[in-house]
Amino acid sequence: MSFGQDVPLSWYLLLSALLFTLGVVGFLIKRNLITVFMSIELMLNAVNLSFVTFAHQWHLVKGQIFVFFVMMVAAAEAAVGLAIIIAIFRARATLAVDRIDLMKL
Amino acid sequence: MNASLHLWLIPLLPFAGFLLNGIIGRRLPRWLVSTVGLLAPLSSFALVLQDCILVWPSHDPDLRNGIFPLPWTQNFGHWIALGSLHVDFTLVLDQLSLVMLLVVTGVGFLIHLYSVGYMHDDPGYARYFSYLNLFLFFMTTLVLAGNVLVMFVGWEGVGLASYLLIGFWFQKTTAADAGKKAFIVNRIGDFGFLIGIFLLLGNFGTLTFSEISAKLAANPGWTGGILTAICLCLLIGATGKSAQLPLYVWLPDAMEGPTPVSALIHAATMVTAGVYMIARTHFLFDRSPYALGVVAIVGAATALFAATMGLMQNDIKRVLAYSTISQLGYMFLACGVAAYSAAIFHLMTHAFFKALLFLAAGSVIHAMGGEQDMRKMGGLRKKLPVTFWTMTAAVFAIGGFFPFAGFFSKDAILYAAFLQGTAGKWLWFVGLVTALLTSVYMFRLWYMTFFGEARSHDAHPHEAPVSMLIPLAILAALSVCGGWIGIDRMREFLAPATGMHVAVATSPHLELWLSILAVLVAAEGWLIADKYYRRKPERPAQLVAKVPGLYNLIANKYYVDEIYGALFVKPLLAFSRYFLGWVVDTGILGGAAWLLGGTANFSGAILQRWQSGNLRSYAAWLAAGAAAVLLFAVLGIYLGGHGVSIHWRGF
Repeated sequence: MSFGQDVPLSWYLLLSALLFTLGVVGFLIKRNLITVFMSIELMLNAVNLSFVTFAHQWHLVKGQIFVFFVMMVAAAEAAVGLAIIIAIFRARATLAVDRIDLMKL
Repeated sequence: MNASLHLWLIPLLPFAGFLLNGIIGRRLPRWLVSTVGLLAPLSSFALVLQDCILVWPSHDPDLRNGIFPLPWTQNFGHWIALGSLHVDFTLVLDQLSLVMLLVVTGVGFLIHLYSVGYMHDDPGYARYFSYLNLFLFFMTTLVLAGNVLVMFVGWEGVGLASYLLIGFWFQKTTAADAGKKAFIVNRIGDFGFLIGIFLLLGNFGTLTFSEISAKLAANPGWTGGILTAICLCLLIGATGKSAQLPLYVWLPDAMEGPTPVSALIHAATMVTAGVYMIARTHFLFDRSPYALGVVAIVGAATALFAATMGLMQNDIKRVLAYSTISQLGYMFLACGVAAYSAAIFHLMTHAFFKALLFLAAGSVIHAMGGEQDMRKMGGLRKKLPVTFWTMTAAVFAIGGFFPFAGFFSKDAILYAAFLQGTAGKWLWFVGLVTALLTSVYMFRLWYMTFFGEARSHDAHPHEAPVSMLIPLAILAALSVCGGWIGIDRMREFLAPATGMHVAVATSPHLELWLSILAVLVAAEGWLIADKYYRRKPERPAQLVAKVPGLYNLIANKYYVDEIYGALFVKPLLAFSRYFLGWVVDTGILGGAAWLLGGTANFSGAILQRWQSGNLRSYAAWLAAGAAAVLLFAVLGIYLGGHGVSIHWRGF
């Protein structure tokens, strides 16, 4: 494989940081609960990218295993999270985060 | 030999009686309560008698000191073991505690028996007997204690029992107040006692009587100084418990309790604890002539002072209360001239005749239907013959007439005082004047109660039941014969415990002359009382009219209660109410609590805005926090440190 030689490490990391920041900003400014949820997924995947990058760099398999764990947790989280979102929508008929500010439904 | 004296049973039997009557006594029939209440002191008394036989010196040379050599010590395990400090539950039987135990349990049993009749109609019958048994438990503990701390437990315990029994009729405000007064005044004395204990601990490193005594014996040159301080502290404790100047004020008020209680606790036994304590720690007092002098002066002053107050009282029990204080003064006087055996001798005879006086007075009060004012009595001689004759024995005994008990012990004290140089002569003179006054007020009581015409026609006096008359008869016999033991035999018996202090007589007939003089003085007192209260009953009123100031002074008990009230009670009350109550309690403590609560409330009000429920604000704080941690770590690296180093353990 030869792409490692062509693209420097920092580019991957910069891309990862960019994606993470996008996720954070999306989380903070978006009002729709589903968008917020997607932002979380974006952050997770940004982290995954940096894991893979380092795993490649140091020729260690640990980072890749971590990615599998993260993806697994993200899948579970998506299942539970989407179920919660549906429940909230049924109860409130809205997905605006600002209006969901009480613990009880 | 596996035999034992079973010293632990002596206090614990009354304690068992206390528990039984105290816990389930209310549900038991009266006869069972009486049985339990009487069996406890009776079995204790029987045990003491048995021990007495076991330790009695035998003529057999092999058993010179009896089967059990005295002092007999029994250890019941450790109480406190801290570094070099060891305090054990130790009981010691020696000659001194043996005499004391005989008096406490013997007279105690008689008074229990008397109480069966006296308290028969009281709703608190079981409670009364449980308290009385509790008192015996603590008193015997006090007497048997082998170290100062165990003694202090008994000391505090009898104070508690005294408090409970003075306030036995707690529905009466005066009784409840009297109980409190006794307790608080005793606290002042106990404070001194405690300081004394600490000083003992600090200077001797032990609280065991025998060890302190041994240490003193090993350092014959050690006198005065710290020993004087210890003795004076112990003396303060003794003045509180034994109602001496300046802490005597609680005893007259303690007469609010039932009369048998006055007889047992406030005449025969508990109030003599101070005398007992001084005799028990005589090895300390012997090394401090100054402290001994103070003891003697306190005793003599109290004897005289209380006797003058006794002259003017009209309440029959209060006369006896002041008389008790005065007689306790004699005992302190004896201790002060190092005549401990004379003090214990007088303690014993006083227990007989003063218990008898109180019980007879109780019989009179019982007969008069609760009336205690002597001005409303009179002419009871024919109606209460047994009470009259037993009371007569007691009056002659306390007056010091030959051959009644009081003669021998009082004479021993006066003689011992007389032999102590010039100061001793003064003490002797004060004692003699007190003897005169004693004789006057006792015969005054005698005449006012039993002679003349009946001054109250409301009451229908009747003789007491037989359970009350038996103790009277026994105590009367003891009041007559109790002194025949003689001071010499008493001194010889007590010598191992209190040391041998034989003053040298300057003239062979001195003691005889002094005793003749004492009897003459007592007879003079009788004549005075006879003149004023039988032959010319109008004379006292005329005398009062002549010197109203003096009369008011004495009749109002020298205004001591009022002076104490103005000097100590009122300022203390004001200090407590205004400074402690308002400034400390409301201001500082309440303010601190308010400040704490207010701070929490205020910060909560501000911080609750954080918990808005707004998801994005939470996320923002989270991100800011993460950024701050990151910044901290990165900055740390840039600023030359190691930053936050994360160690990966590896999988």
